[in-house]
Amino acid sequence: MKQLTILSGKGGTGKTTITASLAVLARNAVLADCDVDAPDLHMLLHPEVIKTQEFKGSKISVVDKTKCDNCGFCREKCRFDAITEAIEVDPIACEGCGVCAAICPTDAITLAERVSGYAYISKTKYGFMAHALLSPGEANSGKLVTLVRQNARILSEKENSDLIIIDGPPGIGCPVIASVTGVDTGLVVTEPTLSGIHDLNRALRLLKHFNVTPFVCVNMYDINRDNTEKIMRFCKENSIEIAGRIPFNPKVTEAMVNGKTVIEYSPESDVAKEIEVIWKKLRSSLKSGEGFQKP
Amino acid sequence: MIVSVASGKGGTGKTSVAVNMALSVGNVQLLDCDVEEPNAHLLLHPNMHRTEPVYVLVPLINEELCLHCGECAKFCQYNALFDSPEKILFFPELCHSCGGCTLACPRQAITEKERRIGALKFGSAGDVELVYGELDVGEPMAVPIIKAVKKQIEDNKNVIIDAPVGTSCPVIETVRESDFCVLVTEPTPFGLHDLKITVQVLRKMKVPFAVVVNRAGIGDKKVYTYCKEEKIPILMEIPYQRKIAELYSKGVPFSLEMPEWKEKFQTLFNKIRKLVEE
Repeated sequence: MKQLTILSGKGGTGKTTITASLAVLARNAVLADCDVDAPDLHMLLHPEVIKTQEFKGSKISVVDKTKCDNCGFCREKCRFDAITEAIEVDPIACEGCGVCAAICPTDAITLAERVSGYAYISKTKYGFMAHALLSPGEANSGKLVTLVRQNARILSEKENSDLIIIDGPPGIGCPVIASVTGVDTGLVVTEPTLSGIHDLNRALRLLKHFNVTPFVCVNMYDINRDNTEKIMRFCKENSIEIAGRIPFNPKVTEAMVNGKTVIEYSPESDVAKEIEVIWKKLRSSLKSGEGFQKP
Repeated sequence: MIVSVASGKGGTGKTSVAVNMALSVGNVQLLDCDVEEPNAHLLLHPNMHRTEPVYVLVPLINEELCLHCGECAKFCQYNALFDSPEKILFFPELCHSCGGCTLACPRQAITEKERRIGALKFGSAGDVELVYGELDVGEPMAVPIIKAVKKQIEDNKNVIIDAPVGTSCPVIETVRESDFCVLVTEPTPFGLHDLKITVQVLRKMKVPFAVVVNRAGIGDKKVYTYCKEEKIPILMEIPYQRKIAELYSKGVPFSLEMPEWKEKFQTLFNKIRKLVEE
């Protein structure tokens, strides 16, 4: 079984559009939406939820006011400023470390379970999908990503699928790290802007750090051809393969408004054709390793 | 006044709005809290003055005192300490720096030391002062760097904060204590979906907010319907124009090349001030 993560560093470069299109082209891959605080893949793939799971990412401190004598020791020792002057726990700031509970002289504080979101296992037209939604204001997105990936792995074993396609979150921090550790290939979707280039560079360094084979795709490449050239040159100099260059096309937004992937909505468009080229390149790279049998 | 600029969905134009607004209003301190992928400096082109490392505290175990009782590992909620037969193993990337292990150790064998996870960078362009954080590649935790950036806030300035994408801990830490939050969205299904999640977060945090619609003209009208239903003011619309996209791609804030926008960003800031004062 192989795993492919689509990432970008910078947000809004087209990760989800490309992931959904690859899902259509791959047929029978298991899909994982690891952008758990702002997931969008479901709006293109319309999963039907089969199973819902509570996600308990961390604990939360609870103050028993009948035992508390307002000494303020907890407030002094809390490194997260999570205890208010009135000795109440700020649920947004509390990271559930347990220091307050351990040091409270009157044992007024305990750690309680906290449901921080939900993980889902679903069925789509193009294969099974693992996804999740972090509740508003909750932390621990990295742990929820790990749960989504676990679910995806179980699905791929059960369904005898040999590929997991992962839609990664933007950035390079904990949820992104959780989305790329142990995967075979990372497709970095960038755009020919100064920020796109800057963030591409950091995303590629992250893939190198975690030993993941990188591919680069330049989306909306014709917005600035000079910058596209720079990206191509940079990749060539660093022996990173360019998977493709996708032109700007309003069809992509039209497809999104219609809740469809661009492959379904406009199969003859230049965008759809280029994504097919990208898929072929990724497929042959993934196939060259072990554990990938079917085309 | 502290105004943060957030969005939920990435690439909707947060940095563009933050920088153009910073350049249009006087006496500004611009903080880039998107420490995973800081980009404001790429539009602002500041002269950089200095860099400061950001450290977090992690446990330092004195092997001579440690009896491998495992109390520290039992205490740690993040599995950053592991009680192996020979020694206590420490996984720095998992540590939240709560200091609990130093309290849990019955032999006082644990003290704390500093570990670098990123840097703060200071610069300026005209009368805009810039501070941004940069997480070292491979480090997972953005929040301590965001906190370090926010410590630089100067109360006598107009503070504009460029927030990270998403809706989880880095965004929450960034927006906490802001007087107002501008949500930049685009009129597409993805833009609307992520806007709705961000609105829930801000309501929970009790931070007042309003919307700026970027790339107006693409997509559909549902963002407008949603804002109307939820009584969320739309303070500004930036139309989709290839010229704006091209200027952005070259790292040029569009209000510098299209001066009518300077006034519009001033108006935006004044509207925000009015809303905050109400």
